[in-house]
Amino acid sequence: MSRRSVIPFGPQHPVLPEPIHLDLVIEDEIVVEAIPSIGYVHRGLEKLAETRDYIDYVYVAERVCGICSFMHGMGYSMAVEDIMKLELPPRAMYLRVIWAELSRIHSHLLWMGLLADAFGFENLFMQCWRQREKILDIFEMTTGGRVIFSVCKVGGVRKDMDEDSLKIILKTLDEVGGELKEIETTFLTDKSVVYRLKGIGVLTADEALSLGAVGPMLRASGVGQDMRLTGYAAYGELDVPVVTSLDGDSFARCEVRMKEIHASIEIIRQAIARIPDGEIAVNVKGTPNGQSFIRLEQPRGEAFYHVRANGSKFLERFRVRTPTFANLPALLKILEGRSLANVPVLILTIDPCISCTER
Amino acid sequence: MSVMYFSKNAIKNLTHKPATLMYPNKKRAFFERTRGHVEIRIADCIFCGICQKRCPSNAIRVERAGKLWQIERMNCIQCGACVDNCPKKCLGMKNDYTAPDMAKKTDAYSGA
Repeated sequence: MSRRSVIPFGPQHPVLPEPIHLDLVIEDEIVVEAIPSIGYVHRGLEKLAETRDYIDYVYVAERVCGICSFMHGMGYSMAVEDIMKLELPPRAMYLRVIWAELSRIHSHLLWMGLLADAFGFENLFMQCWRQREKILDIFEMTTGGRVIFSVCKVGGVRKDMDEDSLKIILKTLDEVGGELKEIETTFLTDKSVVYRLKGIGVLTADEALSLGAVGPMLRASGVGQDMRLTGYAAYGELDVPVVTSLDGDSFARCEVRMKEIHASIEIIRQAIARIPDGEIAVNVKGTPNGQSFIRLEQPRGEAFYHVRANGSKFLERFRVRTPTFANLPALLKILEGRSLANVPVLILTIDPCISCTER
Repeated sequence: MSVMYFSKNAIKNLTHKPATLMYPNKKRAFFERTRGHVEIRIADCIFCGICQKRCPSNAIRVERAGKLWQIERMNCIQCGACVDNCPKKCLGMKNDYTAPDMAKKTDAYSGA
Protein backbone atom coordinates (compact mmCIF):
# COMPACT_ATOMS: atom_id res chain seq x y z
CA MET A 1 0.00 0.00 0.00
CA SER A 2 1.32 3.41 -0.88
CA ARG A 3 2.01 5.91 1.85
CA ARG A 4 0.97 9.51 1.78
CA SER A 5 3.41 12.20 2.75
CA VAL A 6 3.53 15.96 2.55
CA ILE A 7 6.38 17.76 0.84
CA PRO A 8 6.68 21.48 1.47
CA PHE A 9 7.44 23.36 -1.76
CA GLY A 10 8.69 26.93 -1.36
CA PRO A 11 8.60 29.72 -0.28
CA GLN A 12 12.31 29.47 -1.15
CA HIS A 13 12.82 27.32 -4.21
CA PRO A 14 15.20 27.72 -7.17
CA VAL A 15 12.32 27.75 -9.65
CA LEU A 16 10.34 30.43 -7.84
CA PRO A 17 11.18 34.04 -8.60
CA GLU A 18 8.90 35.06 -5.75
CA PRO A 19 7.78 33.37 -2.54
CA ILE A 20 4.75 31.10 -2.52
CA HIS A 21 4.36 28.01 -0.40
CA LEU A 22 2.67 24.81 -1.51
CA ASP A 23 2.08 21.77 0.63
CA LEU A 24 2.23 18.89 -1.83
CA VAL A 25 0.40 15.77 -0.65
CA ILE A 26 2.36 13.00 -2.34
CA GLU A 27 1.53 9.35 -2.94
CA ASP A 28 4.30 7.39 -4.69
CA GLU A 29 5.80 10.62 -6.03
CA ILE A 30 2.44 11.54 -7.53
CA VAL A 31 0.79 14.75 -6.33
CA VAL A 32 -2.62 13.95 -4.86
CA GLU A 33 -3.38 17.43 -3.66
CA ALA A 34 -1.66 20.79 -3.47
CA ILE A 35 -2.49 23.27 -0.73
CA PRO A 36 -1.21 26.80 -1.35
CA SER A 37 -0.46 29.45 1.22
CA ILE A 38 0.39 33.00 0.31
CA GLY A 39 1.20 36.06 2.35
CA TYR A 40 4.98 36.39 2.23
CA VAL A 41 5.11 39.63 0.26
CA HIS A 42 1.93 41.39 1.32
CA ARG A 43 2.66 45.12 1.54
CA GLY A 44 -0.77 46.65 2.12
CA LEU A 45 -0.68 48.78 -1.02
CA GLU A 46 -4.48 48.81 -1.33
CA LYS A 47 -4.80 50.32 2.13
CA LEU A 48 -2.16 52.92 1.30
CA ALA A 49 -4.54 54.39 -1.32
CA GLU A 50 -6.62 55.74 1.56
CA THR A 51 -3.79 57.92 2.88
CA ARG A 52 -2.13 59.10 -0.35
CA ASP A 53 -3.26 61.83 -2.69
CA TYR A 54 -5.06 60.15 -5.62
CA ILE A 55 -2.71 61.78 -8.16
CA ASP A 56 0.46 60.64 -6.37
CA TYR A 57 -0.91 57.14 -5.73
CA VAL A 58 -0.21 56.17 -9.33
CA TYR A 59 3.48 55.86 -8.35
CA VAL A 60 2.47 53.40 -5.64
CA ALA A 61 0.00 51.54 -7.91
CA GLU A 62 2.70 50.79 -10.44
CA ARG A 63 4.81 49.27 -7.69
CA VAL A 64 2.25 46.52 -7.13
CA CYS A 65 4.39 44.43 -9.44
CA GLY A 66 7.82 44.82 -10.98
CA ILE A 67 7.00 43.12 -14.27
CA CYS A 68 3.65 44.53 -15.30
CA SER A 69 4.26 47.80 -13.48
CA PHE A 70 3.17 50.02 -16.37
CA MET A 71 -0.17 48.28 -16.70
CA HIS A 72 -0.92 48.58 -12.99
CA GLY A 73 -0.34 52.33 -13.20
CA MET A 74 -2.42 52.42 -16.35
CA GLY A 75 -5.32 50.43 -14.83
CA TYR A 76 -5.40 52.70 -11.79
CA SER A 77 -5.23 55.85 -13.95
CA MET A 78 -7.98 54.55 -16.25
CA ALA A 79 -10.25 53.91 -13.27
CA VAL A 80 -9.75 57.44 -11.86
CA GLU A 81 -10.12 58.97 -15.34
CA ASP A 82 -13.36 57.05 -15.76
CA ILE A 83 -14.74 58.48 -12.51
CA MET A 84 -13.67 62.02 -13.42
CA LYS A 85 -14.97 61.62 -17.00
CA LEU A 86 -11.66 62.74 -18.48
CA GLU A 87 -11.23 62.60 -22.26
CA LEU A 88 -7.67 61.61 -22.99
CA PRO A 89 -5.79 62.93 -26.03
CA PRO A 90 -5.41 60.20 -28.70
CA ARG A 91 -1.62 60.42 -28.64
CA ALA A 92 -1.59 59.52 -24.93
CA MET A 93 -3.75 56.47 -25.71
CA TYR A 94 -1.36 55.29 -28.41
CA LEU A 95 1.69 55.86 -26.22
CA ARG A 96 0.03 53.79 -23.50
CA VAL A 97 -0.57 50.97 -25.98
CA ILE A 98 3.07 51.05 -27.13
CA TRP A 99 4.41 50.87 -23.57
CA ALA A 100 1.86 48.24 -22.57
CA GLU A 101 2.74 45.98 -25.49
CA LEU A 102 6.47 46.44 -24.91
CA SER A 103 5.78 45.37 -21.31
CA ARG A 104 4.04 42.27 -22.61
CA ILE A 105 7.04 41.39 -24.79
CA HIS A 106 9.45 41.88 -21.90
CA SER A 107 7.27 39.88 -19.51
CA HIS A 108 6.87 36.97 -21.93
CA LEU A 109 10.60 36.92 -22.71
CA LEU A 110 11.30 36.89 -18.99
CA TRP A 111 8.91 33.98 -18.57
CA MET A 112 10.46 32.11 -21.52
CA GLY A 113 13.83 32.43 -19.84
CA LEU A 114 12.52 31.27 -16.48
CA LEU A 115 10.83 28.28 -18.11
CA ALA A 116 14.04 27.32 -19.89
CA ASP A 117 15.84 27.66 -16.56
CA ALA A 118 13.19 25.48 -14.86
CA PHE A 119 13.80 22.55 -17.19
CA GLY A 120 17.55 23.10 -17.08
CA PHE A 121 18.23 24.67 -20.47
CA GLU A 122 20.63 27.39 -19.29
CA ASN A 123 21.75 28.56 -22.72
CA LEU A 124 18.19 29.11 -23.91
CA PHE A 125 17.45 30.98 -20.66
CA MET A 126 20.33 33.40 -21.25
CA GLN A 127 19.39 34.00 -24.89
CA CYS A 128 15.80 34.87 -23.95
CA TRP A 129 16.99 37.40 -21.41
CA ARG A 130 19.51 38.76 -23.87
CA GLN A 131 16.61 39.73 -26.14
CA ARG A 132 14.67 41.09 -23.18
CA GLU A 133 17.56 43.40 -22.39
CA LYS A 134 16.98 45.25 -25.66
CA ILE A 135 13.37 45.92 -24.66
CA LEU A 136 14.51 47.16 -21.23
CA ASP A 137 16.86 49.57 -23.00
CA ILE A 138 13.89 50.96 -24.94
CA PHE A 139 12.11 51.52 -21.64
CA GLU A 140 15.08 53.33 -20.18
CA MET A 141 15.45 55.47 -23.28
CA THR A 142 11.80 56.48 -23.45
CA THR A 143 10.75 56.60 -19.78
CA GLY A 144 13.93 56.81 -17.73
CA GLY A 145 13.32 53.56 -15.85
CA ARG A 146 14.04 49.96 -16.79
CA VAL A 147 11.43 48.32 -14.60
CA ILE A 148 9.31 51.05 -13.01
CA PHE A 149 8.50 53.62 -15.66
CA SER A 150 6.63 56.32 -13.68
CA VAL A 151 5.35 57.55 -17.00
CA CYS A 152 1.61 57.01 -16.68
CA LYS A 153 -0.42 59.59 -14.81
CA VAL A 154 -4.03 60.43 -14.23
CA GLY A 155 -5.02 62.35 -17.36
CA GLY A 156 -2.47 60.96 -19.80
CA VAL A 157 1.23 60.23 -19.87
CA ARG A 158 4.18 62.23 -18.57
CA LYS A 159 6.64 61.74 -21.39
CA ASP A 160 6.38 61.86 -25.15
CA MET A 161 8.30 59.85 -27.73
CA ASP A 162 9.92 61.70 -30.62
CA GLU A 163 10.28 60.38 -34.18
CA ASP A 164 13.81 59.11 -33.51
CA SER A 165 12.68 57.07 -30.50
CA LEU A 166 9.87 55.51 -32.51
CA LYS A 167 12.34 54.59 -35.25
CA ILE A 168 14.70 53.02 -32.70
CA ILE A 169 11.77 51.02 -31.29
CA LEU A 170 10.87 49.70 -34.75
CA LYS A 171 14.49 48.82 -35.48
CA THR A 172 14.91 47.04 -32.13
CA LEU A 173 11.67 45.12 -32.64
CA ASP A 174 12.85 43.96 -36.07
CA GLU A 175 16.06 42.77 -34.43
CA VAL A 176 14.28 41.01 -31.56
CA GLY A 177 11.73 39.45 -33.95
CA GLY A 178 14.55 38.13 -36.12
CA GLU A 179 16.61 36.73 -33.27
CA LEU A 180 13.52 35.18 -31.70
CA LYS A 181 13.20 32.74 -34.60
CA GLU A 182 16.03 30.58 -33.36
CA ILE A 183 14.68 30.66 -29.80
CA GLU A 184 11.16 29.92 -31.02
CA THR A 185 12.29 26.94 -33.10
CA THR A 186 14.10 25.57 -30.06
CA PHE A 187 11.12 25.97 -27.74
CA LEU A 188 8.65 24.48 -30.20
CA THR A 189 10.68 21.71 -31.82
CA ASP A 190 13.63 20.73 -29.61
CA LYS A 191 13.18 17.17 -28.42
CA SER A 192 14.24 17.78 -24.81
CA VAL A 193 11.90 20.80 -24.49
CA VAL A 194 8.94 19.01 -26.07
CA TYR A 195 9.43 16.01 -23.74
CA ARG A 196 9.23 18.28 -20.71
CA LEU A 197 6.15 20.20 -21.86
CA LYS A 198 3.97 18.17 -24.23
CA GLY A 199 0.94 16.60 -22.57
CA ILE A 200 1.97 17.84 -19.11
CA GLY A 201 -0.64 19.60 -16.99
CA VAL A 202 -3.61 19.49 -19.37
CA LEU A 203 -6.39 21.95 -18.57
CA THR A 204 -9.52 21.58 -20.71
CA ALA A 205 -11.51 24.59 -21.86
CA ASP A 206 -14.41 23.72 -19.51
CA GLU A 207 -12.08 23.36 -16.54
CA ALA A 208 -10.28 26.60 -17.39
CA LEU A 209 -13.57 28.50 -17.59
CA SER A 210 -15.09 26.99 -14.45
CA LEU A 211 -11.90 27.59 -12.44
CA GLY A 212 -11.77 31.18 -13.65
CA ALA A 213 -8.41 30.98 -15.42
CA VAL A 214 -7.34 34.08 -17.33
CA GLY A 215 -4.85 35.18 -19.93
CA PRO A 216 -2.51 32.81 -21.78
CA MET A 217 -3.57 30.03 -19.36
CA LEU A 218 -7.15 30.32 -20.67
CA ARG A 219 -6.19 30.97 -24.28
CA ALA A 220 -3.94 27.89 -24.31
CA SER A 221 -7.06 25.86 -23.48
CA GLY A 222 -8.82 27.15 -26.56
CA VAL A 223 -10.85 30.04 -25.13
CA GLY A 224 -10.11 33.24 -27.06
CA GLN A 225 -10.78 35.69 -24.26
CA ASP A 226 -8.71 38.84 -24.34
CA MET A 227 -9.59 42.12 -22.61
CA ARG A 228 -7.83 44.10 -25.34
CA LEU A 229 -10.77 43.25 -27.56
CA THR A 230 -12.94 45.50 -25.37
CA GLY A 231 -11.04 48.36 -27.01
CA TYR A 232 -9.65 50.28 -24.02
CA ALA A 233 -6.90 52.87 -24.64
CA ALA A 234 -6.24 52.78 -28.40
CA TYR A 235 -6.82 49.03 -28.85
CA GLY A 236 -10.23 49.73 -30.40
CA GLU A 237 -8.52 51.32 -33.40
CA LEU A 238 -5.92 48.58 -33.79
CA ASP A 239 -6.15 45.05 -35.06
CA VAL A 240 -5.44 42.83 -32.05
CA PRO A 241 -4.64 39.23 -32.98
CA VAL A 242 -5.76 36.79 -30.28
CA VAL A 243 -3.51 33.76 -30.03
CA THR A 244 -5.09 30.52 -28.90
CA SER A 245 -4.19 26.85 -28.79
CA LEU A 246 -6.44 23.85 -28.31
CA ASP A 247 -4.17 21.49 -26.38
CA GLY A 248 -4.30 23.09 -22.93
CA ASP A 249 -0.98 21.55 -21.86
CA SER A 250 2.28 23.21 -20.80
CA PHE A 251 3.51 23.19 -24.38
CA ALA A 252 0.39 25.05 -25.55
CA ARG A 253 0.92 27.69 -22.86
CA CYS A 254 4.51 28.13 -24.05
CA GLU A 255 3.38 28.33 -27.67
CA VAL A 256 0.67 30.91 -26.93
CA ARG A 257 3.11 33.18 -25.09
CA MET A 258 5.71 32.81 -27.82
CA LYS A 259 3.21 33.77 -30.50
CA GLU A 260 1.89 36.62 -28.37
CA ILE A 261 5.35 38.20 -28.53
CA HIS A 262 5.02 38.34 -32.32
CA ALA A 263 1.43 39.59 -31.99
CA SER A 264 2.61 42.39 -29.65
CA ILE A 265 5.35 43.37 -32.09
CA GLU A 266 2.66 43.59 -34.77
CA ILE A 267 0.41 45.75 -32.55
CA ILE A 268 3.30 48.14 -31.80
CA ARG A 269 4.05 48.44 -35.52
CA GLN A 270 0.42 49.34 -36.17
CA ALA A 271 0.36 51.82 -33.29
CA ILE A 272 3.56 53.55 -34.43
CA ALA A 273 2.23 53.78 -37.99
CA ARG A 274 -1.02 55.38 -36.84
CA ILE A 275 0.05 57.46 -33.82
CA PRO A 276 -1.46 60.95 -34.13
CA ASP A 277 0.28 64.19 -33.15
CA GLY A 278 -0.96 66.34 -30.34
CA GLU A 279 -1.08 66.69 -26.59
CA ILE A 280 -0.08 63.84 -24.31
CA ALA A 281 -2.10 64.77 -21.22
CA VAL A 282 -5.08 66.78 -20.07
CA ASN A 283 -5.20 69.03 -17.03
CA VAL A 284 -6.75 67.34 -14.05
CA LYS A 285 -8.82 69.58 -11.80
CA GLY A 286 -10.91 68.71 -8.79
CA THR A 287 -11.25 65.41 -7.02
CA PRO A 288 -12.96 62.18 -8.08
CA ASN A 289 -16.38 61.29 -6.72
CA GLY A 290 -17.97 57.94 -7.56
CA GLN A 291 -16.72 54.50 -8.43
CA SER A 292 -15.36 52.68 -11.41
CA PHE A 293 -14.48 49.16 -12.52
CA ILE A 294 -11.77 48.68 -15.13
CA ARG A 295 -10.58 45.47 -16.76
CA LEU A 296 -7.43 45.25 -18.81
CA GLU A 297 -5.22 42.57 -20.28
CA GLN A 298 -1.89 42.18 -18.55
CA PRO A 299 0.83 39.79 -19.78
CA ARG A 300 -0.53 37.20 -17.32
CA GLY A 301 -4.18 37.80 -18.09
CA GLU A 302 -7.12 39.91 -17.11
CA ALA A 303 -6.59 42.34 -14.25
CA PHE A 304 -9.48 44.05 -12.55
CA TYR A 305 -9.39 47.43 -10.82
CA HIS A 306 -12.01 48.93 -8.59
CA VAL A 307 -11.68 52.52 -7.38
CA ARG A 308 -14.22 54.17 -5.11
CA ALA A 309 -13.83 57.87 -4.34
CA ASN A 310 -15.80 60.20 -2.11
CA GLY A 311 -14.93 63.63 -3.46
CA SER A 312 -11.88 64.13 -1.22
CA LYS A 313 -8.31 63.80 -2.44
CA PHE A 314 -8.00 60.41 -0.76
CA LEU A 315 -9.69 57.37 -2.23
CA GLU A 316 -12.15 55.38 -0.16
CA ARG A 317 -11.20 52.02 -1.65
CA PHE A 318 -8.78 50.67 -4.21
CA ARG A 319 -8.99 47.02 -5.13
CA VAL A 320 -6.97 44.99 -7.62
CA ARG A 321 -7.74 41.43 -8.73
CA THR A 322 -4.58 40.26 -10.40
CA PRO A 323 -4.26 37.48 -13.00
CA THR A 324 -2.04 35.19 -10.93
CA PHE A 325 -4.64 35.15 -8.16
CA ALA A 326 -7.24 34.05 -10.72
CA ASN A 327 -4.92 31.37 -12.08
CA LEU A 328 -4.09 29.74 -8.73
CA PRO A 329 -7.16 27.39 -8.70
CA ALA A 330 -6.22 26.24 -12.22
CA LEU A 331 -2.66 25.61 -11.03
CA LEU A 332 -3.91 23.39 -8.20
CA LYS A 333 -6.00 21.48 -10.72
CA ILE A 334 -3.13 20.83 -13.15
CA LEU A 335 -0.84 19.74 -10.31
CA GLU A 336 -3.16 16.90 -9.32
CA GLY A 337 -1.99 13.55 -10.64
CA ARG A 338 1.37 14.83 -11.90
CA SER A 339 4.70 13.51 -10.72
CA LEU A 340 6.79 15.54 -8.29
CA ALA A 341 9.45 16.14 -10.97
CA ASN A 342 6.92 18.06 -13.09
CA VAL A 343 5.79 20.39 -10.29
CA PRO A 344 8.39 23.17 -10.85
CA VAL A 345 7.62 23.44 -14.58
CA LEU A 346 3.86 23.33 -13.95
CA ILE A 347 4.06 26.12 -11.39
CA LEU A 348 5.98 28.21 -13.89
CA THR A 349 3.53 27.67 -16.72
CA ILE A 350 0.91 29.85 -15.00
CA ASP A 351 3.58 32.60 -14.96
CA PRO A 352 3.20 33.23 -11.22
CA CYS A 353 3.59 36.78 -9.99
CA ILE A 354 3.22 36.64 -6.26
CA SER A 355 3.83 40.36 -5.59
CA CYS A 356 0.79 41.07 -7.76
CA THR A 357 -1.26 38.43 -6.00
CA GLU A 358 -0.58 39.74 -2.51
CA ARG A 359 -0.21 43.45 -3.24
CA MET B 1 11.45 17.25 -33.48
CA SER B 2 15.00 18.41 -33.66
CA VAL B 3 17.90 17.40 -31.46
CA MET B 4 20.80 19.65 -30.41
CA TYR B 5 19.37 22.46 -32.57
CA PHE B 6 20.53 25.15 -30.16
CA SER B 7 24.13 23.84 -30.07
CA LYS B 8 25.15 26.08 -32.94
CA ASN B 9 24.03 29.06 -30.88
CA ALA B 10 26.25 27.87 -28.02
CA ILE B 11 29.23 27.49 -30.37
CA LYS B 12 28.55 30.92 -31.85
CA ASN B 13 28.57 32.43 -28.37
CA LEU B 14 31.87 30.74 -27.56
CA THR B 15 33.57 32.23 -30.60
CA HIS B 16 31.98 35.70 -30.51
CA LYS B 17 32.46 38.70 -28.29
CA PRO B 18 30.48 38.71 -25.02
CA ALA B 19 27.04 40.38 -25.02
CA THR B 20 27.76 42.00 -21.67
CA LEU B 21 30.03 44.97 -20.93
CA MET B 22 33.31 44.36 -19.15
CA TYR B 23 32.36 46.44 -16.11
CA PRO B 24 34.09 48.30 -14.39
CA ASN B 25 36.64 48.74 -17.21
CA LYS B 26 33.90 49.76 -19.58
CA LYS B 27 31.05 51.73 -18.06
CA ARG B 28 27.59 51.82 -19.49
CA ALA B 29 26.38 55.16 -20.81
CA PHE B 30 23.09 56.29 -19.33
CA PHE B 31 20.28 57.58 -21.49
CA GLU B 32 19.31 61.21 -21.29
CA ARG B 33 16.02 60.35 -19.60
CA THR B 34 17.46 57.83 -17.09
CA ARG B 35 16.09 58.62 -13.66
CA GLY B 36 19.24 58.41 -11.54
CA HIS B 37 18.87 60.84 -8.67
CA VAL B 38 17.17 64.10 -7.74
CA GLU B 39 19.32 67.20 -7.60
CA ILE B 40 18.50 70.69 -6.37
CA ARG B 41 19.78 74.15 -7.28
CA ILE B 42 19.41 75.41 -3.74
CA ALA B 43 20.00 79.08 -4.67
CA ASP B 44 16.69 79.12 -6.60
CA CYS B 45 14.66 77.22 -3.98
CA ILE B 46 11.95 79.19 -2.18
CA PHE B 47 11.29 76.39 0.37
CA CYS B 48 7.59 76.25 -0.48
CA GLY B 49 7.37 72.57 0.54
CA ILE B 50 5.33 71.38 -2.47
CA CYS B 51 7.95 68.70 -3.22
CA GLN B 52 7.59 67.40 0.34
CA LYS B 53 3.80 67.22 -0.02
CA ARG B 54 3.98 65.50 -3.41
CA CYS B 55 6.65 62.91 -2.54
CA PRO B 56 4.92 59.48 -2.43
CA SER B 57 7.61 57.98 -0.20
CA ASN B 58 8.08 60.93 2.20
CA ALA B 59 11.76 61.19 1.28
CA ILE B 60 11.90 64.99 1.15
CA ARG B 61 11.77 67.30 4.18
CA VAL B 62 11.67 71.05 3.81
CA GLU B 63 12.17 73.50 6.68
CA ARG B 64 10.97 76.89 5.61
CA ALA B 65 12.16 78.73 8.73
CA GLY B 66 15.64 77.22 8.71
CA LYS B 67 15.87 77.32 4.88
CA LEU B 68 16.81 73.67 4.78
CA TRP B 69 16.01 71.13 2.03
CA GLN B 70 16.70 67.48 2.90
CA ILE B 71 16.35 64.26 0.97
CA GLU B 72 16.69 60.72 2.31
CA ARG B 73 18.44 59.08 -0.60
CA MET B 74 17.34 55.53 0.25
CA ASN B 75 13.68 56.49 0.57
CA CYS B 76 13.64 58.26 -2.79
CA ILE B 77 12.02 56.13 -5.51
CA GLN B 78 13.04 58.41 -8.40
CA CYS B 79 9.46 58.88 -9.58
CA GLY B 80 10.07 62.52 -10.43
CA ALA B 81 6.87 63.85 -8.81
CA CYS B 82 8.86 66.60 -7.03
CA VAL B 83 10.60 67.61 -10.26
CA ASP B 84 7.27 67.91 -12.10
CA ASN B 85 5.64 69.98 -9.37
CA CYS B 86 8.50 72.36 -8.45
CA PRO B 87 7.21 75.92 -9.13
CA LYS B 88 10.73 77.37 -9.46
CA LYS B 89 12.03 74.45 -11.56
CA CYS B 90 15.05 74.21 -9.28
CA LEU B 91 14.69 70.43 -8.91
CA GLY B 92 16.06 68.20 -11.62
CA MET B 93 16.48 64.49 -12.34
CA LYS B 94 20.08 63.59 -13.13
CA ASN B 95 20.78 60.49 -15.15
CA ASP B 96 23.54 58.98 -13.00
CA TYR B 97 22.99 56.98 -9.84
CA THR B 98 24.27 57.94 -6.41
CA ALA B 99 27.07 55.78 -5.06
CA PRO B 100 26.06 52.70 -3.04
CA ASP B 101 25.99 53.23 0.72
CA MET B 102 26.37 51.13 3.83
CA ALA B 103 24.02 53.29 5.90
CA LYS B 104 20.92 55.34 5.24
CA LYS B 105 22.01 58.77 4.17
CA THR B 106 20.24 62.11 4.27
CA ASP B 107 21.56 64.86 2.03
CA ALA B 108 20.88 68.34 3.38
CA TYR B 109 21.10 71.57 1.42
CA SER B 110 20.96 74.91 3.16
CA GLY B 111 19.79 78.08 1.47
CA ALA B 112 20.72 80.34 4.33
